[in-house]
Amino acid sequence: MSTSAHNVPAQFPIPVEPVMPARPGNRSKFGPVSVGRQVRPISPEVPKVGLSEISLSYRTQSGERLLALDNINLQVRAGEFVCIVGPSGCGKSTLLHLIAGLHSQTSGQILVDGNPIQGPGTDRILIFQEHGLFPWLTVGQNVEFGMKMKGVPKAEREEKIRYYLRLVHLAKFEKSYIHQLSGGMRQRVAIARALATEPDVLLMDEPFAALDAQTRDLLHDELERIWSETGRTIIFVTHNVREAIRLGDRVVLLTFRPGRVKNEFPVELPRPRHLEDPNVARAAREILDELREEINRSLEAEYSAGVKPRIEPGVEA
Amino acid sequence: MKRAARYIIFYAALFGLWTLLAELKIWPPYLFPTPWGVGESLYAGFADHSYWIAIRVSMERVLIGYAISVALGMILGLGVASNKFLEETMGGLLVSLQSLPSICWWPLALLWFGLNQNAILFVVIMGSLLSVTLAMEDGRKQMPKIFGQAGRNLGAKGFKLFWYVLLPASLPFIVSGLKQGWAFAWRSLITAEMLYLSLGLGQVLMMGRDLNDMSAVIAVMILIIAIGYIVDGVVFKGMERHLQNRWGLTPAS
Repeated sequence: MSTSAHNVPAQFPIPVEPVMPARPGNRSKFGPVSVGRQVRPISPEVPKVGLSEISLSYRTQSGERLLALDNINLQVRAGEFVCIVGPSGCGKSTLLHLIAGLHSQTSGQILVDGNPIQGPGTDRILIFQEHGLFPWLTVGQNVEFGMKMKGVPKAEREEKIRYYLRLVHLAKFEKSYIHQLSGGMRQRVAIARALATEPDVLLMDEPFAALDAQTRDLLHDELERIWSETGRTIIFVTHNVREAIRLGDRVVLLTFRPGRVKNEFPVELPRPRHLEDPNVARAAREILDELREEINRSLEAEYSAGVKPRIEPGVEA
Repeated sequence: MKRAARYIIFYAALFGLWTLLAELKIWPPYLFPTPWGVGESLYAGFADHSYWIAIRVSMERVLIGYAISVALGMILGLGVASNKFLEETMGGLLVSLQSLPSICWWPLALLWFGLNQNAILFVVIMGSLLSVTLAMEDGRKQMPKIFGQAGRNLGAKGFKLFWYVLLPASLPFIVSGLKQGWAFAWRSLITAEMLYLSLGLGQVLMMGRDLNDMSAVIAVMILIIAIGYIVDGVVFKGMERHLQNRWGLTPAS
């Protein structure tokens, strides 16, 4: 990440070294350094997350075999921020659910640090579009949940609840219940809850899609800050190309049904970026042109065949 | 306040009608007692501790039976809801069994357990188990799937997943079934108690009949209604209100 943000549309090449995101000096503001675990640098040739030849097919209710994902290959470096875009129905959410271990692929392998995953694991935490927070728990207890499951001692849990709630600027709401918060606050709690289990990889499934524009802008800033402060690897799914360029080091475009990697676009704009920045818009246009072909295909499929069965098993209507 | 006024007017009228009919002596007093007679019976029953003992015995039984029903019903319901095979096979059986009045288990219970406490418990359990099971099954299906996924995602599995996620997540959807299960348990208990010397409220009720003491019969009926109503209105209403507050649901009125 470029710390000299305001200069020329700088080179932003893919580093050969595993990325250790810059940690701004204001870090201590958010609590003891010991709390946020540093991402261990690993040997450069092993990607943090590696998808090799992932395919997923399943039988629909009418009995036909549907190929949702087809031979997906993707390598994500430690500390990298990768955005996946595609038309709705391309299986991008499903792909995240597979990486999270909530479903199994039909074939192919998902590797984290070179090891195949075994079901869900707290090294990879998924943040859902509809937050999935537990309404029977307070904000603090929600953040505590993953640590409690892991058996983290009580005192440490309490310290971390405070730390992560401060990180998302919700320290005052520890005792509130979820329904008392706004949509943006809920999504921030979801981020805090995910970070509190100290995953290496954050999987974000259109987390800001249901929010209003101002809240989303704010959360983009916060997410970028949290990413640079905690050094997590982030895989972020969105249907919004500008959002992808605003946030990502790299944008991966998936095709419509079956989902394949159509193209990858490194984003070489200096950070912080703005949604309204003409450079962002320009970068988006290139991706949008390719995306539009896929959207047209998806529309054709919908209009010609009537309503197709949903192909994203991980996504609840 | 207007609501309270309506209550008072209604019950005053009911009470007045009852007194009037009793005072007219259309029926002999031992068949149609006055409210005062019933009041005296209630007082006498509490004064000589026989009602206290009966309430304690009955409550103990219903609580044990209901607790077993809830525990078993949750496991069964969860199993039926999460297993396609069980759903197809046992699901239908459970629904059909629900048409069997629980007291029909009494002859079977007598032969299996003999004439004792366990036979009564068995009838109570059979009375409420089905509605708890069906409620749990239904609740598990209605519960948004995202909670289970989020729980697994955060490292919960097995019993922890059930206890910390699936159970609390389905509670708003099963509370009405739990309430229904309670009502069935209470009714089954009283019925079973009426059929044998059991010390409970059911037996006290039958004793009134044996002694030709209609005041006592009505007094015990009032007690049975009152206890059922209090548990429903205090315990379950409180639970529903609590859940609504927590989840931010608007009360379904």
